Amino acid sequence: MAARVRSRLVLGAVLATIALAACGTEEVPQNSLDPAGPIARDIDGLWWLVFWIAAVIFVLVQAALLVSIFRFRARKGDEGRRIRQLHGNTKLEVAWTIAPAVLLAVIAVPTVATLFDIRAEPTGDDVLEINVVGHQWWWEYEYPEFGFFTANELHIPAGRPVNLTMTSDDVIHSFWLPRLNGKRDLVPGRVSNLTLFADEPTPDGEFLWGQCAEFCGLAHADMRLKVKVHDEDGFQAWAAGQAQPAVIPTDGPAAEGWEIFKLVCTACHPVAGTEEAQVRLAPDLTHYGSRSWFAGATFRNTTEHLAAWLRNPGDLKPMAPELNDLAADPPRILGMPNFGLGGAEVDALVALLQSWE
Amino acid sequence: MATVAEVTEVHAPAPGHKGLWSWITTVDHKRIGILYLWSALLFFIVGGIEALLIRLQLFTPNGEILSADAYNQLFTMHGTTMVFLVVMPLASGFVNYLLPLLLGARDVAFPRLNAFSYWVFFVGGVLLYSSFILGGSPDGGWFGYAPLSTQVPEYVRMDFWAVGLLTLGVASIASSANFIATILTMRAPGMTLMRMPVFVWMTLVISFLLLFSLPTITVGLFQVFFDRNFGTLFYETAAGADPLLWQHLFWLFGHPEVYVLILPAMGIVSEILPVFSRKPLFGYSFVVFSGIAIGFMGFGVWSHHMFTSGMGPVAEAGFAISTMMIAVPTGIKIFNWIGTTWGGRIRLTTPMLYALAFIAMFVIGGLSGVTHSIVPADTQQHDSYYVVAHFHYVLFGGAILGLFAGIYYWYPKMSGRMLSERLGKWQFWITLIGFNLTFLPMHMLGLNGMPRRTYRYDENLGFDLWNAVATIGGFVIALGVLLFVINVIWSRRHGEIAGDDPWDARTLEWATSSPPPEHNFDQVPLVHSRDDFWHRKYTLDAEGFLQQRDEPVGDWIPEADPEHIHMPSPSYYPALTALGMGIVGYGVLYQPAGFIVAAIGALVLMWGAFGWSMEPVTRTPEPMAHDDRHPELEAAAATEEVESE
Amino acid sequence: MTDLVTAEGHGEHISTHPDMNVVRKTAMWVFLGSECIFFGSLIATFLLYRTETRGGPTAKELFDIPFTSASSFILLMSSLTMVLAHNARERRDPRQLRIWLLATALLGSTFLAGQAFEFTEFAHEGLKLTTSPFASSFYVATGFHGAHVAVGVLMLLALLFMSMSGRLRTGEGMNVELVGLYWHFVDVVWIVIFTVVYLLQV
Repeated sequence: MAARVRSRLVLGAVLATIALAACGTEEVPQNSLDPAGPIARDIDGLWWLVFWIAAVIFVLVQAALLVSIFRFRARKGDEGRRIRQLHGNTKLEVAWTIAPAVLLAVIAVPTVATLFDIRAEPTGDDVLEINVVGHQWWWEYEYPEFGFFTANELHIPAGRPVNLTMTSDDVIHSFWLPRLNGKRDLVPGRVSNLTLFADEPTPDGEFLWGQCAEFCGLAHADMRLKVKVHDEDGFQAWAAGQAQPAVIPTDGPAAEGWEIFKLVCTACHPVAGTEEAQVRLAPDLTHYGSRSWFAGATFRNTTEHLAAWLRNPGDLKPMAPELNDLAADPPRILGMPNFGLGGAEVDALVALLQSWE
Repeated sequence: MATVAEVTEVHAPAPGHKGLWSWITTVDHKRIGILYLWSALLFFIVGGIEALLIRLQLFTPNGEILSADAYNQLFTMHGTTMVFLVVMPLASGFVNYLLPLLLGARDVAFPRLNAFSYWVFFVGGVLLYSSFILGGSPDGGWFGYAPLSTQVPEYVRMDFWAVGLLTLGVASIASSANFIATILTMRAPGMTLMRMPVFVWMTLVISFLLLFSLPTITVGLFQVFFDRNFGTLFYETAAGADPLLWQHLFWLFGHPEVYVLILPAMGIVSEILPVFSRKPLFGYSFVVFSGIAIGFMGFGVWSHHMFTSGMGPVAEAGFAISTMMIAVPTGIKIFNWIGTTWGGRIRLTTPMLYALAFIAMFVIGGLSGVTHSIVPADTQQHDSYYVVAHFHYVLFGGAILGLFAGIYYWYPKMSGRMLSERLGKWQFWITLIGFNLTFLPMHMLGLNGMPRRTYRYDENLGFDLWNAVATIGGFVIALGVLLFVINVIWSRRHGEIAGDDPWDARTLEWATSSPPPEHNFDQVPLVHSRDDFWHRKYTLDAEGFLQQRDEPVGDWIPEADPEHIHMPSPSYYPALTALGMGIVGYGVLYQPAGFIVAAIGALVLMWGAFGWSMEPVTRTPEPMAHDDRHPELEAAAATEEVESE
Repeated sequence: MTDLVTAEGHGEHISTHPDMNVVRKTAMWVFLGSECIFFGSLIATFLLYRTETRGGPTAKELFDIPFTSASSFILLMSSLTMVLAHNARERRDPRQLRIWLLATALLGSTFLAGQAFEFTEFAHEGLKLTTSPFASSFYVATGFHGAHVAVGVLMLLALLFMSMSGRLRTGEGMNVELVGLYWHFVDVVWIVIFTVVYLLQV
């Protein structure tokens, strides 16, 4: 008897967890079950179709098992129960071979159809093209139509397709923005495509969240991505701003910062509109001050965070800059080194970077 | 066996069966099986501790218990350990111990090769784990994706991983060939293929799977190792190499490997369910053929691990459909297992509880597996915690629960004593609840967007609750495992005396003593039917109901010379040969200077192999035929018999 | 334990000892099946990278088909001598057996010498292991085959030694047969490699 009660408790717990799991979708910014665009919605619809079919099968099979256990379990005093020695039943076997096969064939049709849909590259005049390069451990975005680069924080317009053309320059990464689409690997030496389509702009200060989904080494967990969805006007305004060259400050702490920047940062970081900063091995900092996130979109771009980062990047994010090799072909960058900057130097650099809005 | 004698004590071990040296030189399949089982249990605890550390780190957002580096090492070693050093050797342990007994044979085909397999496995495990004290353990994932695994030798430490897995592969190839030869050629008279226990069938299938899948990862591991150490360019993308090559080579092994891990548990469950239902296995031939079908189809689905890699929609659609198809034979098995219990008299002993829980949990893993074949949905699930949940339902809910069932079921045969049923049932419920607490929430975490292999997550992501639950669940499992260890150790001394056939079982291993003598059977059984041992005890009445015989019947084949059953003699050559391999392994890890070490290792290896092939097999050689044309050979022939394994 | 011999088993002698020849051959065959996949993977890698020469020498520039044909012929001849060795074994003729074993080992060694010469030539012409993916996959595929031939030569020499020192009994035909199986397999693999890696690439 005790066993029966315990089994029921377990069953109840399992079902309750599933029920909880099925509805608790609030305040989960990376939730694949909360689509924010037509592609993710197609995937989500397919998922729920299969989920419910699976749920029905789950209930039927577990019920059959439990009924069998309860009905036929040994009881005290029934040792002499007569048991028919059944070896099998061919009709049953045929039935439970064909039935799942038919069911799977039914699932296969929408699977293949949706697969070809989501894999088709978008065409038409309204497609926004963005080139994405995965790096250990940050994202580089190029907007060829507008001729600028940015990093980690992706900005896209709502209501029209965005075609990401992606590759990697070191190891395999995977671009995963669950609310807009499934993930897609960025394979060095290969080019892959991913279409994003967002229904609506994200509210002010809010982003769609995603992150790298293919293990890419030390800071894989901190290779995140944030996506800002604008309305069309907002997007055009943002892009026009980004396409402007950086303004080199001429006085104040920011100007001091520029002197340090030229010595320390230009070995890797490009800044558009300058002669000194043209090496493209690390995030483009042209409009760094306009960004809400930095360092693989892991940290909010605040003065405190940035200062902490400049004092010692390794405190915030695990990296291996001791293995950087700028002379190699291609150069190898595994994170930002600690340059041992003093307090005043850090303040000056912060002032410079935040001035580049 | 006219009457079941009352057994009141467990046999003392046979003379020469004590001491470390006897274990190193043993060629007895049962003792080798026990070595496998204890080694696997040890690694299970180590791999479990790694899992607990991982769970502790993820207990709260932005956990600070482990560094990213330590975390990457731990999840790499957890996966590698559980696959190669726990589930495979656990299955190997059962196969070693049981295969000859189930077939009515005296030993496996090549006893010394069998010992060699174990020692190579042992050396491989030592190699892998010594990395922890030799500069840090592998940290590129158990799947070792190139070009991360070949990127910077100082930074991604995959050399020990590559050499360790290559070594373990040798052990698996050797034992697979050995098991296949045993099954195909060493069966007792009358034991036709379709009378073999399902566990034996599944052993045959996994042996073929390993033989045909291990070579691809072997090639891949050589490529990775050469890239890292000798400057080859197999995965140097700047030179035009293609990282997808590794993925294909790895998953051409990796997917069949999944079935290598689960099929033994399926075999075990197929043995246990009939015993405790007092009914034969429902649809024996369907269960067998669905197992074979799973084996075959297992080679045609590998690319479903690569749905986000960019193979193109046509290939993806093909692999989606093949993946769906593999659900059909899996379903057949599940339905037949339920059919086996239906209408029986189900005794809910600990092994039976585990076997039933295996079915229930495996169904969940199987269904979530089908959702992976829905490619668009898989692009969301892939590399997320949903996948972690899925394969733990298959490998823990499936393989480990099935193997626990096997341990509770066969421990009496191996030790002569029962495991405590009371502790066993406590362990069962605690493990089952802990398991579901740990892994059910991971489905949700994955769908909510939590990727695998991330050492920390933000507090705003909504991952807190389920991660906390999963960590608590992990410690509940640990409590269950602790009870299990206590049970195993306590019962060795204090367990109830089992007797030959404590479960009223069906297969031949229960026809001999517990533990069996070194030669397994005093007389080899003559087999007349499937579940021959059962039919020696039971018959059917006129209406087809089960009826106990008044007196057990059964045929035994008389020995020509009952005083001398020739068993293979102990040999240290297999262990020596394996030691040579280990030295070679360490040598190549520390090249170029290590080449001298590797050369010494190669000499040891050749010494072992040569001594092995020169050494006589049996303790008391059989009389030899004289060879007229070769008089000078007679002297040697009197003492030597050559075996080439 | 009491014998309860029924009609089926009564009277006839049922052997409980399997024929070890069959047992060993079974194991060798399945092992060779595994080896097929091993070489298949090596050759597949080569085919993937056959044109990835990265500016280094190409197959067309390097391969000397007449030379490799000659060494292939030598290896194939060693299969013939292996058959003769096995045949001598069956006839219980130890002298012939030793001659043909030695001949097979020598032919195998000649093939290996040819491969060493070929590798040296290629290296002189600029094809190092690290030159290109093509080079890496070529050397590793053919190199693993060479290693298999070398192991085969060692086993042949061991058989020869066993025969000379009287440890190889004529009633025990399996050693020669097993090594023969392995040797023929290595030859067959070479035919595939010679065709796919050499002939189809020039």
